[in-house]
Amino acid sequence: MSNLLEVEGIETVFRTERGEVTSVDGVSFTLKAGETLGIVGESGCGKSVTSLSIMQLLGKTGSIRKGEIRLNGRNITGLAESSMRQIRGSEVSMIFQDPMTSLNPVFTIGNQLMESIMLHLPLTGKAAQDHAIEMLRKVGISRPEEIMNEYPHKLSGGMRQRVMIAIALSCEPKLLIADEPTTALDVTIQAQILDLMKKLREETGTAIMLITHDLGVVAEMADRVIVMYAGQVVEEADVFTLFDKPLHPYTAGLMGSIPHLDGDDEETLASIPGTVPPLQQMPSGCRFHTRCELATEKCAAEAPPLLEQAEGHRVRCWAAQGELDIKSSTLTLLKEVTT
Amino acid sequence: MIELESMPLPVSRPDTADTLLRLDGLKTYYPIRKGLLGRVKGHVKAVDGVSLDIRQGETLGLVGESGCGKSTIGRTILRLEQSTGGVIRYRGEDITHYSTSKMRPMRTEMQMIFQDPFSSLNPWMRVRDILKEPMIAHDKASSATVDAEVDRLLDAVGIPRAYKERYAHEFSGGQRQRIGIARALALNPKFIVCDEPVSALDVSIQAQVLNLLKQLQKDMGLTYLFIAHGLGAVKYISTRIAVMYLGKVVEIGTKEEIFRAPKHPYTQILLNAYPVPNPHLRGREKIVVQGDVPSPANPPSGCRFHTRCPFVQDRCRQEEPALLGGIDGHAAACHYAF
Amino acid sequence: MITYIARRLLIFVPVLLGITIINFIIINMAPGNPVDMYIDPNMSPAIAEAKKEALGLNDPLFIQYFKWLGTILTGDLGYSMSSFAPVAQLIGERIMPTVTLGLAALVLALLIAVPLGILSALKQNTKIDYLVTGLSFIGTSIPNFFLGLALIYIFAVNLGVLPTGGMQKLGGDGGFGDRMIHMILPAIVLATAIAGRKVRYVRASMLDVLKQDYLRTARSKGVHEFWVTNKHALRNALLPVITVVGLEIPILLGGAIITEQIFQWPGIGQLTLQSMMSRDYPTIMALNLIAAIAVLGANLLTDVMYSAADPRIKVG
Repeated sequence: MSNLLEVEGIETVFRTERGEVTSVDGVSFTLKAGETLGIVGESGCGKSVTSLSIMQLLGKTGSIRKGEIRLNGRNITGLAESSMRQIRGSEVSMIFQDPMTSLNPVFTIGNQLMESIMLHLPLTGKAAQDHAIEMLRKVGISRPEEIMNEYPHKLSGGMRQRVMIAIALSCEPKLLIADEPTTALDVTIQAQILDLMKKLREETGTAIMLITHDLGVVAEMADRVIVMYAGQVVEEADVFTLFDKPLHPYTAGLMGSIPHLDGDDEETLASIPGTVPPLQQMPSGCRFHTRCELATEKCAAEAPPLLEQAEGHRVRCWAAQGELDIKSSTLTLLKEVTT
Repeated sequence: MIELESMPLPVSRPDTADTLLRLDGLKTYYPIRKGLLGRVKGHVKAVDGVSLDIRQGETLGLVGESGCGKSTIGRTILRLEQSTGGVIRYRGEDITHYSTSKMRPMRTEMQMIFQDPFSSLNPWMRVRDILKEPMIAHDKASSATVDAEVDRLLDAVGIPRAYKERYAHEFSGGQRQRIGIARALALNPKFIVCDEPVSALDVSIQAQVLNLLKQLQKDMGLTYLFIAHGLGAVKYISTRIAVMYLGKVVEIGTKEEIFRAPKHPYTQILLNAYPVPNPHLRGREKIVVQGDVPSPANPPSGCRFHTRCPFVQDRCRQEEPALLGGIDGHAAACHYAF
Repeated sequence: MITYIARRLLIFVPVLLGITIINFIIINMAPGNPVDMYIDPNMSPAIAEAKKEALGLNDPLFIQYFKWLGTILTGDLGYSMSSFAPVAQLIGERIMPTVTLGLAALVLALLIAVPLGILSALKQNTKIDYLVTGLSFIGTSIPNFFLGLALIYIFAVNLGVLPTGGMQKLGGDGGFGDRMIHMILPAIVLATAIAGRKVRYVRASMLDVLKQDYLRTARSKGVHEFWVTNKHALRNALLPVITVVGLEIPILLGGAIITEQIFQWPGIGQLTLQSMMSRDYPTIMALNLIAAIAVLGANLLTDVMYSAADPRIKVG
């Protein structure tokens, strides 16, 4: 199957008062039609900026300096704003983390839902309204006719996220970008929303780019996973390989940091020391070397490339690539933290 | 599911020399005012009859979804909210209606760590002054010893001593949370309410802070009430766990009991709904409860969970189940507990 | 909503009572009294004293207050101590000119402030933004009397295109056009300060709204930037402006005192100044009462309007 989305070496920069900062640095990946790609990382790793770069919603200060984004083989990187508007909400749509603030408080649900429909579909008036009601029904909202006339504040967080999904899917996009779609929700509501996304994914065949910091959500939803750290992709693999055999010390560290619900009690969690370096002060060499227990002089001096280690499994780490002498100890260490 | 037929035992464990805190039927209501004269027309029952006890050196994890009243309990214990009914005992002493001046000495023993490390520290105060403030307010340190105390606290939470001259806004979220912990420790408390202390932090930093809290507990013999919605963190740090739903404790027991043999359907659903970071388990059977949590201003009749419970019976709609358990102290408020 | 309004009106009663008591005390603390102010140098002290006695000015203060309150409660505003006309009639003649002028100034101020404030926010930290912010600063800080005199000097004295004051041409018909021409300068003076304050308020409010997540949602739907601003952002940005427009009403009344004096505008402001000068207690008290009611009413109206405009807020 051909690729729906191809992101190739994009570099996204923002102008700030203290000069330019690079939020996304040479990120490449592909996404097939109907596939779910998880993008994992902590705050500031560039996962959200990557998604906003695809939508080209970087505001006045942000821009894509390098690289190419191809949607269905068409390069959309240099497209005019008017052409991008036709893609947004129709071919690619987005849902966001906080359903409480993502809907406009002074317009009704119906207004906000029909706005999207009338922009991109040849529907007006009653037909647009019927389609909107149908979309609300699809996302599991009971009494959709009444909800059309409600304002967002009347709805619970879970309901609002359903509305956001209805808006996003109303024009049958080929790609849905979900930026932390369940982070702000309670556990039982999160389960509802994930369930709904799975159901709609099967019905519509929409590809999903799922951005999250929650490895549990990724394990639940994704086919393939990209791990990002400090603006770069550090590891990419299919979801099973990634959880079974993480190659990058950061990935392994993240997995060790989560307390498990099943199994025996951990005495101490395998935490990653230190904090994510600020974008303005990226360390030389491997960006993770300041926090990495395996780091050597080579790591501090030379930035490792992102190389394929096995079929579909890419990693950006000298140790994992067998470039360091500590190869055997690497494997044992990584094994320890993940099992 | 078996109906509990034998005479159930009361759930609270008896007082021992170790019992540090005991809540008996604690209620915290917020009035809803309406009408021409603003008369009280109802109450938001944030905490509605909660009984539990915490022993010295224990960590009681308090879990539940937003609006279940878990944070209100913590705030009511510290008297940041006024209780509406019930009794709070600290070391056997009834502190429910202590005046502000009588509470003052208690405040050196009981402290709180807040969720948001960005808003709970004054960004324009130096770390040193943040840590000194409680000591000076409670006359706990002379000017000669106060600087040594600040160093001791910074060492304890893993912040380099050299940073004490910096302002709070210069630190990252994880570091601020460490400073928040240091401030809570400044008066050598015995009991700390941790209100979602890691929810706002990144995954790798959460682990650092959880490890720190555990280490401090061991070193200083602290007792925690650990409030969180993240089950992983609660399991990692708690000795006992209470699960709350709409102002009530629906299940309480040791960590092992709650995670290995949950009795209440709500506990089971919570555990089951939690996304497991293991893709091999994604096909597992899941119970997804429908609907939202009802409003605490108007909780459902009978069992409060009955509107969402997949195992609901007629009796659940009418009769409110009591929190009853066996002799082991593992109790669930369900007519048909597993 | 109706219970809410009723409850608020109920609260008005003690508030008004308090305001009138404070006013009464302050007025009586001012040196002099109506008789002294209008005294004929040839009048003998005995007659003056008799006049004071007749007007009840020698009674203890609280007796005077209760007498005044008694007449007010019967719906009678009393008689002026200087012109001896019924206070109700004096105020009745003057109220419409002030209301018209105030409304005109308010509308003018908003017509200037809203577009400029939004423009300034959209062009934050550009030359346009600095220019607008600078102008608003000047508008806020320039004193009413100075601006009034300057405008009279330029447009009436030098250019001769607008009248120097009054509400209508001497011997004119007082028709709509005539009144409008007379209103231009005083309305501009009153509007300048309001517009200056409102520009900054609209700008701040808009800047806050421009950061909101729901605008990103709108953009991600493919909504044109024009509508992102003028549909999604604008309505949210103007909500808080409603509140502060309500708060301008007392300031307008205060500003009217000086502006009406400068432009010889026969309104409440002028009447206030005249009655203050002559220590005309009944008129001052009645004007204060009306001002207090206007302020409280404006606050209530603001809350009601806010609740009508913002679906999240339901008073009650």
